[in-house]
Amino acid sequence: MLQPERQILVVFPHPDDEAFGVSGTLAQYAKAGTPITYACLTLGEMGRNLGNPPFTTREGLPLIRKEELKASCDAIGIKDLRMMGLRDKTVEFEDDEKMVQMMTDLIDELNPSLIITFYPNYAVHPDHEATARAVVRAVRRIPEENRPRLYGVAFANDTLEGLGEPDIVNDIQDVKEAKWNSMHAHISQTGWILQEEAKRKNEGATEDDNWLVIERMYSYRWHEDFEEKF
Amino acid sequence: MEIVDTKKLQELLNSFANKDVYIHLETTNGAYASHFDEKVFNAGAFIRNVKLSYELGKVTPDAPHRVGLKLHNDGWVYAQGITHYELDELGRLLMAGHGYDGKLAVALEISETPFAY
Repeated sequence: MLQPERQILVVFPHPDDEAFGVSGTLAQYAKAGTPITYACLTLGEMGRNLGNPPFTTREGLPLIRKEELKASCDAIGIKDLRMMGLRDKTVEFEDDEKMVQMMTDLIDELNPSLIITFYPNYAVHPDHEATARAVVRAVRRIPEENRPRLYGVAFANDTLEGLGEPDIVNDIQDVKEAKWNSMHAHISQTGWILQEEAKRKNEGATEDDNWLVIERMYSYRWHEDFEEKF
Repeated sequence: MEIVDTKKLQELLNSFANKDVYIHLETTNGAYASHFDEKVFNAGAFIRNVKLSYELGKVTPDAPHRVGLKLHNDGWVYAQGITHYELDELGRLLMAGHGYDGKLAVALEISETPFAY
């Protein structure tokens, strides 16, 4: 379990982004009674996992993913879920200042002691990157001494090369079940993750190093900010 | 959705001809394509709620099918790889190509009202 927090704000663009990377950590905080707000920017409308034969349509997918998102939050213990109404794959094309304002409004309202999002430049999906940029920019505007802690999830192939080993390494075995249930809640989308996990195992990954054991994040490095100014 | 029945799909395409319709057209190999395999060139495109009208819509007989719409203004809309279709409860014609891996590869949708979500 990581250090105690007063209030946590989680910002990710897609239903299931919370499940794979941080649902164990969040479940631990929820168990400890820490209030958590999850701002999920889109409903993953453009997800490609529709099955073959398909179990739904392009137009039906968001309704399914909305219910999956709620079930995942229940599994984790997140009581404040905000669906922010953006569209999957379009986050980077929104007005950048509007995006920062969205984050600033959430921060002003919630006064979080910890914010969790993706780590800019190491988040792979354009929506992840746009989300991370908006959060970092909003936090940057807060005077240094008042800034909440900011943790980023990084999983680009060059993460280790660029950022080194993560400083936040959290053992989540005590909430394994909550994490499994969160992953399972997103069943329409987690098929490929389970496949990837099998592949990882075949490539020699051990049982004590998978996503049910350890979660990793990076404290945002203000001294190596991803941009000089915005 | 059902596997394309060319005769039924052709009838549906005919039913939207010469009307103002909204289009959703999408093709992609996924946002993670070059994350999983750096040799993959990641490309895709989508348009949504673009209003147009077509004089002729056709589905080709060979599967996976191609669907082409010849527009009134000399324009075209084209999708390759269509495997499934349905007329949904809102009267929208949804066509999609679902790959062997269970992932959506292409979608072409036609509606008389704007797509929501």
